[in-house]
Amino acid sequence: MTHTITPSADSRSTRRTGTGRQSGPRARPKLMTYGSWWWALPGLLAVFSVHYVATGIGAGYAFTDFKGIGSFEWIGFDNFVEILSDKKAFGSIGNTVFLALASLVIVNVVGLLFALALNRGIRTRYILRVLLFLPVVLSPLAVSYIFRFIFQVDGPLNSVLAAVGLEAWQRPWLADPEFAIYTILAVMVWQNVGFAMIIYLAGLATVPHEIEEAAAIDGAGVFSRFWHITLPMIQPSVAIATTLGLTQGLKVFDQVQAMTRGGPYGATETLSTVIYTETFANANFGYGAALSLVFTVLVLAAAAFQLFITRDRSRREAK
Amino acid sequence: MIRYTKWTLAREIVMWVCAVIMLLPFYLLVNTALKTPADAIGTPAFEPALRPTFDSFIAIFQTGGTSNIFVGLFNSAVITAGAVIGLIVVGGVTAYVLTRRLSRVSTWLYYLILAGIVVPAQLGLVPLYIGARTVGLLGSPLGMAVIYVAMLTPLAVFLYGGFIRALPTEYEEAATIDGASPLRTYVQVVFPLLSPATGTIAILTGLIVWNDFFTPLIFLNGSDSATLPVVVYSYVNGIIVQWNNIFAVLIVALLPITVLYLIMQKKFIQGFSGGLKS
Repeated sequence: MTHTITPSADSRSTRRTGTGRQSGPRARPKLMTYGSWWWALPGLLAVFSVHYVATGIGAGYAFTDFKGIGSFEWIGFDNFVEILSDKKAFGSIGNTVFLALASLVIVNVVGLLFALALNRGIRTRYILRVLLFLPVVLSPLAVSYIFRFIFQVDGPLNSVLAAVGLEAWQRPWLADPEFAIYTILAVMVWQNVGFAMIIYLAGLATVPHEIEEAAAIDGAGVFSRFWHITLPMIQPSVAIATTLGLTQGLKVFDQVQAMTRGGPYGATETLSTVIYTETFANANFGYGAALSLVFTVLVLAAAAFQLFITRDRSRREAK
Repeated sequence: MIRYTKWTLAREIVMWVCAVIMLLPFYLLVNTALKTPADAIGTPAFEPALRPTFDSFIAIFQTGGTSNIFVGLFNSAVITAGAVIGLIVVGGVTAYVLTRRLSRVSTWLYYLILAGIVVPAQLGLVPLYIGARTVGLLGSPLGMAVIYVAMLTPLAVFLYGGFIRALPTEYEEAATIDGASPLRTYVQVVFPLLSPATGTIAILTGLIVWNDFFTPLIFLNGSDSATLPVVVYSYVNGIIVQWNNIFAVLIVALLPITVLYLIMQKKFIQGFSGGLKS
């Protein structure tokens, strides 16, 4: 991912001909123009107005008591102080981080295990890949309703538990403040395992079987082969799957809205659901913007942290 | 040498058990939708629908107004198509100009656009909502498509940009020498060469737009142009016990993508793994 963002030095010098700013023997007159600069205007305008200007204005609202209509006043950090004392909003930060991290770990571990199992050998591996990837392409909202049915008090999960003699484990899953969040986690894991699996399979395809064989002949066990050969070689896949998993996990909204609506008693509220309720249902635009700002900082911090880790790795590789 | 040993067989069986467990929700989905309202509540969920009926599908077809799933299907198709076409046009030329006409400014602008990939939409949606309300674009499919184009252009530019960088410039040079204008060079020479990237972008952004719930919930909720997820949401909120009807709605909502995926599974999987890796 990183190597494509960074333009390599040679590609820059060879393709610079279009600008005509270069001097020396390699500089050519303006032969190639590669389109006109104004072609980029619509795209630039769209991206800047939505991703920078609108986000900037939104960040400004975070310091006001704007209600969506009429005038507003600057109230400094009052909104952020209120978040700290607002049990629902403050708890949602914890829930969001929990869901993002827990799903990240489970999805990547299970996805990697699936990828290792399906990498080679199994005869029906292609059909299994297609089936296990199917949940990824489906609407998170729609599949969450299937799980809401499964986790009902008189739903399939509780009847399965009864059938195998685990009546003691039966619960009103969605209405239990302690367990409701795990139902959200279950949907997230179910839907994203296939994605991690596909990313890891793409990475595993680059690991030559001969290297593993050589290590096996030298007496390396399965686990040590994985740890010392496979895992280092699929590092780029790990970086992509964890980065995307983390930012996606922090945005969790559909699943909560479909299954519990943040309940019971706010036990499953996430930042996105509180932002939605406060801003668009209660019209507390200022307060909602403050929550959005916290959310944005959280996502950017996660992305920056990931970037830092991946960059560190590529530098070591370069040595 | 990879040999098929008894351990491979064991692995194969374990993976099939995992796959069956993963796909059980779909069995429940179809099974319940085929039951009568009484059976949907009165019989165990795993018990096959002994008297399968399509009554639920007929019932949801007759649901009127903004809760009609087929209206949502149509709106989603229109908005997704509009957004994907817009992204291919805008993303393609933006990436082309910024990665081919290299200067300090274009490199800077390119990175500024790419940084938009990580900026979450939530914070900007509040001003956008107010702006859309002011100019009367709330509930408009066109406004929705334009917002999607703006939100996803960074991703399209990233995917196109990576692809264009790896593309040799000889084709364009030959076209220019033969007298093609820059526009014609792009439309007839460069754009066809970009088709693998175009396919990836169409699949990835198309799925993002099609499945998105948060943005249309804000901009289209209650309007005539609500997309599929919003329609499903408002439909389920209306009736909470008739699971057979709800599941019929879910089947109609999930079927188009499922069929498309099964037909083009190779392209979908390549789009996700190759597109994000390249």
